[in-house]
Amino acid sequence: MLRREDARFLEGRGRFIGDIDIPGMLDVAFLRSPLAHARIASIDTPVDADGRVFTAADLSDVKLVPPASKVPGHRIVAAPPLALDRTRYVGEIIAACIAPTRAEAEDLVETLAPDFEMLPVIASMDDALSDDGTRLYDDWDNNVSMETGFDSGIDEIIANAPVKVTRVLDMARQAMVPLEGKGVLAYWSERDDQLVVYSSTQSPHQIRTALCEALGLQQRQIRVIAPDVGGGFGYKAILHPEEIIVAALAMKTGRPLRWLEDRFEHLTAGANAREHRYEMTAYADDRGRVLAIDAKLTTDGGAYSVWPHTNGFDAIQASGILTGPYDIGGYRVKTQTVVTNKPPLSPYRAVARPGACFAIECTMDAVARAVGRDPAEVRIDNLVKAEAMPYKAITGKEYDSGDYPACLLRAMEMVAEGPKTPAPGRLLGTGYAIYTEHTAVSTSTISHIGIPMMPGFEQAAALMQPDGSLELRVGVQSHGQGMETTMAQIASQVLGIEPDRVVLRHGDTGLSPFSTGTYASRAIVMTGGAVAAACDKIAVKLREIAAHLMQCEPSNVHLEDGQLRGPTATMTIAEAAETWHFRPYELPEDVLRDGLEVTGGYRPDGDKGPFAYAAHAATVSVDPELGTVELLDYVAVDDCGTRVNPMIVDGQVLGGVVQGIGTGLFEESPFDDQGQPLATTFADYSLPTAAETPIIRLDHSETQSPYTRFGVKGVGEGGAIAPPAAVVNAINDALRPLGAELCAVPATPKRVLGAIFDAQDRAIADLEVSK
Amino acid sequence: MKAPALEFHRPDTVGAAVAILADGGGAARVLAGGQSLVPMLNLRVAFAETLVDIGAIRELATIEDIGDHIRLGACISHARIEDGGADSHCSGMLRHVARNIAYRAVRNRGTVGGSLAHADPAADWPVAMIALGADVEVSGTNGNRKLPVEEFMMDVFTTALQEDEILTGICVPKASPDLRWSFHKMRKKAGAFGEAIAAAVQDPESGFCRVVAGSSAIGGPQRFAMLEKALQEGAVDDDTIRDALTGALGSLGRYETQIHTVCLRRAMEEVRT
Repeated sequence: MLRREDARFLEGRGRFIGDIDIPGMLDVAFLRSPLAHARIASIDTPVDADGRVFTAADLSDVKLVPPASKVPGHRIVAAPPLALDRTRYVGEIIAACIAPTRAEAEDLVETLAPDFEMLPVIASMDDALSDDGTRLYDDWDNNVSMETGFDSGIDEIIANAPVKVTRVLDMARQAMVPLEGKGVLAYWSERDDQLVVYSSTQSPHQIRTALCEALGLQQRQIRVIAPDVGGGFGYKAILHPEEIIVAALAMKTGRPLRWLEDRFEHLTAGANAREHRYEMTAYADDRGRVLAIDAKLTTDGGAYSVWPHTNGFDAIQASGILTGPYDIGGYRVKTQTVVTNKPPLSPYRAVARPGACFAIECTMDAVARAVGRDPAEVRIDNLVKAEAMPYKAITGKEYDSGDYPACLLRAMEMVAEGPKTPAPGRLLGTGYAIYTEHTAVSTSTISHIGIPMMPGFEQAAALMQPDGSLELRVGVQSHGQGMETTMAQIASQVLGIEPDRVVLRHGDTGLSPFSTGTYASRAIVMTGGAVAAACDKIAVKLREIAAHLMQCEPSNVHLEDGQLRGPTATMTIAEAAETWHFRPYELPEDVLRDGLEVTGGYRPDGDKGPFAYAAHAATVSVDPELGTVELLDYVAVDDCGTRVNPMIVDGQVLGGVVQGIGTGLFEESPFDDQGQPLATTFADYSLPTAAETPIIRLDHSETQSPYTRFGVKGVGEGGAIAPPAAVVNAINDALRPLGAELCAVPATPKRVLGAIFDAQDRAIADLEVSK
Repeated sequence: MKAPALEFHRPDTVGAAVAILADGGGAARVLAGGQSLVPMLNLRVAFAETLVDIGAIRELATIEDIGDHIRLGACISHARIEDGGADSHCSGMLRHVARNIAYRAVRNRGTVGGSLAHADPAADWPVAMIALGADVEVSGTNGNRKLPVEEFMMDVFTTALQEDEILTGICVPKASPDLRWSFHKMRKKAGAFGEAIAAAVQDPESGFCRVVAGSSAIGGPQRFAMLEKALQEGAVDDDTIRDALTGALGSLGRYETQIHTVCLRRAMEEVRT
């Protein structure tokens, strides 16, 4: 079935924040800190700027919204929406200016004269951990916000393992770059006694909760509406300071206010994803069977903790999955989340998994090299076998189902059929990466971390209309997932009505039951399950109506293909619905007192999230003189259980892979030693485009999850997980004749040449030693 | 980011454009394709009280044969050259350069004259035009003048244009059919600015020979007389190229030295063989 939402997007008929015009609306522009670390001595505002320029002093009645954490010793600092007396990253908001147009609001920003006293800058993880005494927070004894650890007991393995391989692997900081930037529009509605907030968000109810806390309003007093949202990727799953400021100022000024993020703001103040460093040591036998992993992970958490995830979400996630899809008996890990003068670290598609996959998969290749075996074969030996499912990993995660070796073998088979002839002077290489992903994270997974994003039973409302058409209302928000299509398919599956007779209302707290929103590859599992549960309830009611009309027991009425079939008669769903709504006199007085509008709830059996998985393979051509990398072939074989809509699954995987290729080859938000962002436009921030992307070849298997309705598993994030690892393993395969090995992404020409230079220097040094 | 309010003019003669420019003093700027200036105005890193859009001036949009030169009007777009607008000249080099500039959307609006006048150190046309020995025509309050592109490009984002002057055309010398050229651009991805650009041009009939490199790292286009001599003598090796780079630019980082050396060597070898 084709995506139902595509026509309006392709024909420019979508309705995004930027398309909404409220009479009397004003635009907001922000004065943002030009310095990474400074005390704000004063801000001079023009005398006639009263009521048009606002600083922290004007929002003194707005409460901070700090996220919570159950991690012992986790130090959390919430960003004030407007900086108080100190700014801690370039782009932090100092003042808000309002004017009839954005350009005029920016003119107003330029009239402000802030006076700063510069403070020493912590521009990197190394700065944060150095002993020079520089602190981001004066009352902290160091710059470490969170430390965690786990040790299964590996000393004995370490003592006896014949092979030890150590690598330091770096993943750069990135921006998430949704096609549509962040945006928010707010106004007070007298009639509804309600603040109406349009936000480009993945999680309307979550944002409502945070805004209520900040503004001291009851939940009934705020309605958050996410209209069409042009990509979220996690950037729109967090509370943004701009949401609080625009909402607060809309109430204060009584005017509809709007802020639309531009690319400059996004690439600087929104440079907030990834940036992990892994120190990985693998202990293995002489065939490359990995016996234990000993790892240290450092993440650059930026200046503040985002709500609700905190700055520690990446480290917790990565350390919880670092042994990957492998059967590894020993695991020890330490994590450190440091604070720096950078934008706050936020969850980005697949959160920490691309980093964790990059770390374990590059380490796996290094192990294979150390024992002189093919990396794919070493992987096969180490993977959890199908017969071991469900498998309890050393991290405590339960992998529910699947055949990981078969998945990798299929990827190997496919990539072997791909291009294999390099241009003259180029080096060819093939690399693999395989992962397993806990999708639709469960209540228990989040509750032990304790952050205020707590998925419980997901809810869906199903409102059967008098003509038998169906309106579904869900609290998640569809911003590329195609839920307007898939949820209709699920309703159709349960009730047998045509998907064309079903509509999905989503992303509006005023319409739908509560939800924590769209994230963690959860909607098809959780909301799909809830829609099915609601439709189950409708089915019971329809059979009850039919039973009365057919003079039989409801248990003798069967709902098949949209028809209610009794022993002697058949009627349509529409007839049953029409009877209840328009001809109640045909039904006994006590039938269906509660009507045909229901709410259904869902959570997987045993509160277990299903594990999707995939194997990727890449073939690259490397120019060893220039360090340029051309991606010649890319293969992804995934298993997300039952595919509700195969074309949408393909779209999710393809989009994810291209984003992962961005992480692997192009995307990077570098900062100089004064914390100044160096990639401020698309001229410096490189995104993959069609020209850099080969035809991505896909295949799928479908191992149904034993725990979920229809056996589905999530697929929204998966594509982005493996590419950095697959691409770098392919590059290292190509660089093998030169003795060079790359351990960082993105694999820019400068980094690839750097790895080659290092190999050349080592060779020269070795030569001199041998002389 | 949005630009502040500004005055906008769209004259249809060079004279009128020059008059507006002269009127505006330093606060008036010429708008050609706008592919660099407009984003810079929006980002508020460039400023103009007055914009003089020269897109309606017909004589700036023609390609003419003027004897021993081909004259490209300053407002000829990259796309027009990519689509074959000057194809019979320079053995296809102009077309090759044009089609590898940025993206088609940029090439549709961006102009050859704009590229030269903007003088981005990583731009393609300055390297290509110096390699071809082209001249620029300039009009101002004090009349017209013509100077070699090499002299016109003075520094990073700096040209020989006076405040009241407009670059009106580029005159590319006609080459023999035996012209050999090579243009190598190393970049992170399609559409990106070059990290290193190298051009080599040799016309066996006239003895004309030029070797030019350009990039932000080396501060814009650079001619290398030493390499031109080496190319004519048929000797191209990395040590000579590295010496030439160091001689002209002082010490460069290892990465920058490597990529410029490789691009220059590949360009020179392609011309030679």
